[in-house]
Amino acid sequence: MRQSFGARFEGVPRRAGWALLTPLATLGIAALVAAAILLVTGYSPVSAARTMWSKGWELETVIDMLNRATPLYLSAIAVAIGFRMNIFNIGVEGQYILAALVAAYIGAQFSFWPPLHIAIIILLAMATGAAWIAIPAILKVTRGVHEVISTIMMNIIGVSFVAAILFNQWSQRDVLNQKTPDIPETGRMPDLNSVVEFLVRDIEVRPSGNPKKFLLGFLAVAAAVGILYHMYVNRTRSGYDLRAGGINSDAALVAGINPKKMILTAMLLSGAVAGLVGLPEILGRDYHYDLEFTQMLGFNGIAVALIGQNHAAGVALGAFLFGFLDTTGPILDTVDEAPEEIVTIIKGAMIFVAIIVYAIARRQQLADQARAANRMLAQRVRGERENGQAPIGSDFYTNGTDDNAGTDSDIGRTSAEEARENP
Amino acid sequence: MNGFSSEEAIVAVDVADAEGGAETANSESEMSGAGVIELRGISKFFPGVIANENINLSVRKGEIHAICGENGAGKSTLMKIIYGMQSPDEGQILVRGREVRLRSPRHAISCGIGMVHQHFMLADNLSVLENVILGAEPTNLGYILKHQAEEQVAKLSDDYGLDVSVHTHVEELAVGQRQKVEIIKALFRGVDILILDEPTSVLVPQEVEDLFVAMNGMKAQGKTLLFIDHKLDEVLEIADRITVLRAGHSVATIDKAKATADDLAEMMIGSELPVPEIYEEGTGDEVLLQIEGVSLNATAADSRKEILKDINISVHKGEIVGIAGVEGNGQTELMEVLLGTRKAVSGKIFMEGEDIAKWPTRKRREEKLGFIPEDRHKMGLMLPSPLWENAMLGHQGLKPYAAGGFWLQPRSSKAKCKEIVADFDVRTPGVKVPADALSGGNQQKLIIGREMSMNPKVLIAAHPTRGIDVGAQAAVWDDLKLARQEGLAVLLISADLDELIGLSDKLLVIFRGEIVAELDPSEVTPRELGSYMTGAAQPDADSETHTDTD
Repeated sequence: MRQSFGARFEGVPRRAGWALLTPLATLGIAALVAAAILLVTGYSPVSAARTMWSKGWELETVIDMLNRATPLYLSAIAVAIGFRMNIFNIGVEGQYILAALVAAYIGAQFSFWPPLHIAIIILLAMATGAAWIAIPAILKVTRGVHEVISTIMMNIIGVSFVAAILFNQWSQRDVLNQKTPDIPETGRMPDLNSVVEFLVRDIEVRPSGNPKKFLLGFLAVAAAVGILYHMYVNRTRSGYDLRAGGINSDAALVAGINPKKMILTAMLLSGAVAGLVGLPEILGRDYHYDLEFTQMLGFNGIAVALIGQNHAAGVALGAFLFGFLDTTGPILDTVDEAPEEIVTIIKGAMIFVAIIVYAIARRQQLADQARAANRMLAQRVRGERENGQAPIGSDFYTNGTDDNAGTDSDIGRTSAEEARENP
Repeated sequence: MNGFSSEEAIVAVDVADAEGGAETANSESEMSGAGVIELRGISKFFPGVIANENINLSVRKGEIHAICGENGAGKSTLMKIIYGMQSPDEGQILVRGREVRLRSPRHAISCGIGMVHQHFMLADNLSVLENVILGAEPTNLGYILKHQAEEQVAKLSDDYGLDVSVHTHVEELAVGQRQKVEIIKALFRGVDILILDEPTSVLVPQEVEDLFVAMNGMKAQGKTLLFIDHKLDEVLEIADRITVLRAGHSVATIDKAKATADDLAEMMIGSELPVPEIYEEGTGDEVLLQIEGVSLNATAADSRKEILKDINISVHKGEIVGIAGVEGNGQTELMEVLLGTRKAVSGKIFMEGEDIAKWPTRKRREEKLGFIPEDRHKMGLMLPSPLWENAMLGHQGLKPYAAGGFWLQPRSSKAKCKEIVADFDVRTPGVKVPADALSGGNQQKLIIGREMSMNPKVLIAAHPTRGIDVGAQAAVWDDLKLARQEGLAVLLISADLDELIGLSDKLLVIFRGEIVAELDPSEVTPRELGSYMTGAAQPDADSETHTDTD
């Protein structure tokens, strides 16, 4: 079929516009909410913003931000895999904590050739995450137990299990802390400071001679997971089945997609990725699981997935944003004496705003595309009519019975509009 | 707050009866003159559709009045108008001689009109008593008068043969019992005119008898019943008078005594049938689709309600077999069995001679079976996704959409989609627009194109032109003729007689899950078709037909 030059690029600038506009609008509105709260409580929003912005872009802060963004990204991808199949995995929290402990403990029991040692630890963590979600997954496909309930329960069980039994059995107690044995050198992931220094500048050092900050090596794994996620969802049949099941389960069913199989696939993959969330700090910073192990990454991941709309790049943006807010929040506290909790308020507001803004944007985008489709058809028909080709009254317009067919403004109705009018 | 109880309502009715000089149900039909409900010139228009036009209907006090008609004849719209769910665009409604403008069901109830919907509106986790009084609780200073309510509801239960305690939870009840709860719910609100929307469609035969006993009981109490049905044997058994609707018009109202099933059937179908297509090529000899003795029950545990009974169909290469029937007679379930999304209790299905009973849906779809669903939004498309991704749905593991059954090929998929768009005349600016942006007709053409372009052996087309405009309809019909010409075995499930008679080589009629007739589209008469579709004709009257007379 012949396609004009214009047709090929129809909608591209608009689509790009929407893609940029929605996250910016989300952030903007959330910032306004935070500013209002600062104003009401007697702090200066302008000064707070200035502090966050200026301190936030120092190299050392950026490294913190990336280190924070890495596990958030993994957590959000885990949640996003579920979302693509309409599965809400709230259990990332339990899955990653359990996986981190198991991987840290078993990873410390042996020593191997480094790449293999690291790979085994990673696989162990993924297997543990998948095993922990397998229980809700099996309950869902066999008994119809809703995953929101069961994964929350598994969180509580998992976290309590770790605290009550495993950690006590597997850890060594010292005066201040309680921790699992350290993973030997062969199982530790190198940092990426040399890459940063090659690209930007030297990282400031402490008096002892060690760098102040380390960029965790797991960032590379997270990036790979993001790329694999994108490839899987958009470029494989299984990923297509997953999306089809999430978008329209009835259509997927008659198209030969086995819903139970896709639910299992989505949940196990989600759990496997969730298993990775705790590894950046286990493999790159602490080399053991201890009482100070970072928690709440699972719940924050849900928010990041929501803001990133389950797209690999969008989620990355969301993770950076959360990383930025998390690392600059404490700075706010010391410099402006504004409460760092303001950052939590911004994050909370962002989630609400994101839901609203994206819903509006999606509707607008569809209307836009439908209008563009109609306009193009109208132009083509008009052209052919002038050449005496198109029969009058043909259904070139998307709805043949429409009276105003031929005017440029609102030609024809799309099925979406029809559906809206006659539910 | 609905202040008056059912007992008061019954008293009120009794008084009215006494005034009319009629005590018994039988003599009430003698009451001539204005009916309890009068519709005068009622019309209702939806965008592009005339649901009802100039309908006149008079329902007499104390009668059982049946409304018959095909799908889309306007029965449901009319009932919704009487129940205040929709307001008519033209015409008058008179209730007991006074003109009313019904604003809502609540208003209709206060005028004494109640309705039992086809799909029950009950809370499963509440008891019978709680369901009945819900929203109409007799109260004193905000306290529910439980004992008073219980007495009333228990009495109504007794009167209408609901033989369970009022404290039983609705989830424990059988379908027939739930229906009685719905009826009691309406009566508790003091209605004396009750609309029943296809009450028998959900019931097994014994329950139907039970329902009829209850209906006669209500009639004896002086209630007026208006019920929708298209099974003529049932209509003739229970109704006093029958009104037939066709294409939004009221054709006639006749007394049961004067009605015959054949007359009614002809009135429902109309006297003119479309002209069948004369195909140049005959059908092939090879049987591509063979369905042998397929049966299906409503639930695995309950064999009482059979949805499909011993279905035998064979479709040859290059043949279109049309399945006619009023909707809800097993068509959807037959389709699901063929797709493999539902398991039949017994029977075999062969495609190209291979038994596919154990094949999963995916294998059936990929190797043999094209499918045009009855509801394209629900079962056919991923609306927010671009056209090219919709084009691969159902064939996402095959070339050119995927390589090695694993890696998707966006580039060749888009190229393939462009081919479909061009070959099947899908009017769209490109293949990247979401399916949602297209009109219904163009969405349907895309679906047909996607199925046909993968060279299936068998094509199931369920209501392929429903809800699309005339231009697209003609295109879809041409596509189906093309499929026939290309040697597909086409099973066409439809409620549109133009489509069925116009396209089919052979016409089968399905009624209550059974194939009751095999007809020749070029010879069939409206009377014949109508009587089979409504169950008025006995299946064994036709020698050619498969029957299983019990």
